[in-house]
Amino acid sequence: MDESMLAAIHAAELPERTKDELIKDLDGKEVTAEQFAAIMKGMQHEYERTRIEPCEACGIVAAQSLGEPGTQMTMRTFHYAGVAEINVTLGLPRLIEIMDARKEPSTPTMTIHLEPEYSVDRDKAREVSWQIEAAPLHEFGDIITDMANMRVEMHIKKEVCDKRKIAMSEIMERAPQKIRDRRHYRDFESEGNAADGTIIFTPKNETYQNLFQLADHVRNVIVQGIDDIERVVVRKEGGEYILYTEGSNLKDVFEVEGVDTTRTRTNNINEISQILGIEAARNAIIDEMKSTLGEQGISVDVRHIMLIADMMCMDGEVKQIGRHGIAGEKESVLSRAAFEVTVNHLLDAAVARESDILNGVTENVIVGQPIQLGTGDIRLIAKPLNQEN
Amino acid sequence: MSTKFNVLDHEMVPDHQKMTDSEIAELLSHYQITLEQLPRIYSDDPAAKAIGAKIGDVIKIVRKSQTAGLADSYRNVVKRPKK
Repeated sequence: MDESMLAAIHAAELPERTKDELIKDLDGKEVTAEQFAAIMKGMQHEYERTRIEPCEACGIVAAQSLGEPGTQMTMRTFHYAGVAEINVTLGLPRLIEIMDARKEPSTPTMTIHLEPEYSVDRDKAREVSWQIEAAPLHEFGDIITDMANMRVEMHIKKEVCDKRKIAMSEIMERAPQKIRDRRHYRDFESEGNAADGTIIFTPKNETYQNLFQLADHVRNVIVQGIDDIERVVVRKEGGEYILYTEGSNLKDVFEVEGVDTTRTRTNNINEISQILGIEAARNAIIDEMKSTLGEQGISVDVRHIMLIADMMCMDGEVKQIGRHGIAGEKESVLSRAAFEVTVNHLLDAAVARESDILNGVTENVIVGQPIQLGTGDIRLIAKPLNQEN
Repeated sequence: MSTKFNVLDHEMVPDHQKMTDSEIAELLSHYQITLEQLPRIYSDDPAAKAIGAKIGDVIKIVRKSQTAGLADSYRNVVKRPKK
């Protein structure tokens, strides 16, 4: 194989992968110009043969290719994904969740990769995890509800602060502020003593109910980490430490030092579309569906999944498959009515004086006409063999 | 800190490029379509914002396809409709 052949391969109208495979196959082999021309012609022919033809019902094929294996999936598989007891929804419920484009998955989780200097050192990985995992105030020391003096006392332990790499003053400042902002509880006053690390909270109305309510807020206010991320597990995988989380907040995690912002991902597709854009969401849908099916030992050709992901992401935001998304935005009235809430669609169409031009498959099946697919797509005109003119 | 995060560097975000007017004309005549028939992307999409695309532009997206290796795709930049 020489340079001109290589150039000819690169110039050909073939997919990149096919070209790469061809180059790999021909590498180091003696090919004459005639043989090469024959190979290229054969390739071109084979490629055109494998392409989807116009008017092929690829949508229906995709729907059935995914629907049939779907019936074989175990209905409810909640399962500890092998990873340090973090619970992830899998199987059919997860597949439905992806296609319904829910705002938030039932078990949001993130896979956080770390930058090289953090990913090899367990202690450093742990430090990053402390910046991420939501830590309530009671983990930092003792909280005493003093009923005689009607107040809640918090004694922060310095060792815990040192271990978790957070300054005591930071906690003292953040705790009352976050009770007000995040937990929307304002009927209290607080006073901090930086020297011994005590904060004293007093309710405005001196009743026991308010006191206990305040104590509850003080115990559970998040002073370190990201509020949505309830738990972080550090695991070593393939020579580097990776953080798995329960709860997801892509935006805030990206701002933590040591997080690799090019590989970190979440299973919340809606969040991906907001932070990384619609194309990333499309990739996420493909990856999530493929791995959900693969987990159950079902292999569906990725082309079907890609078609579904393309449809869902076509309009710039992630649309669900059902009647509030793709099926509900179809042009034809009859086609929409054929899918869920029939009467409403027919009534609305009648009120709006809609018409149906009977272009699609569903509506032509309903009215009993040939559909525009395969042999129904072409019109034949017979010409008698022994015709005069 | 936090300034180093770049949407386009993420492994899930494919390559986005703004197209010139002549490229758009060629694309539309090649497939014999109008601009409205292209898939859409909102103008406030993080990836569209990162390359500075404005409403009316067309973005060429070179995806890493699992079947073809690389695959070209095009999106028309539109305004996000008000709910």
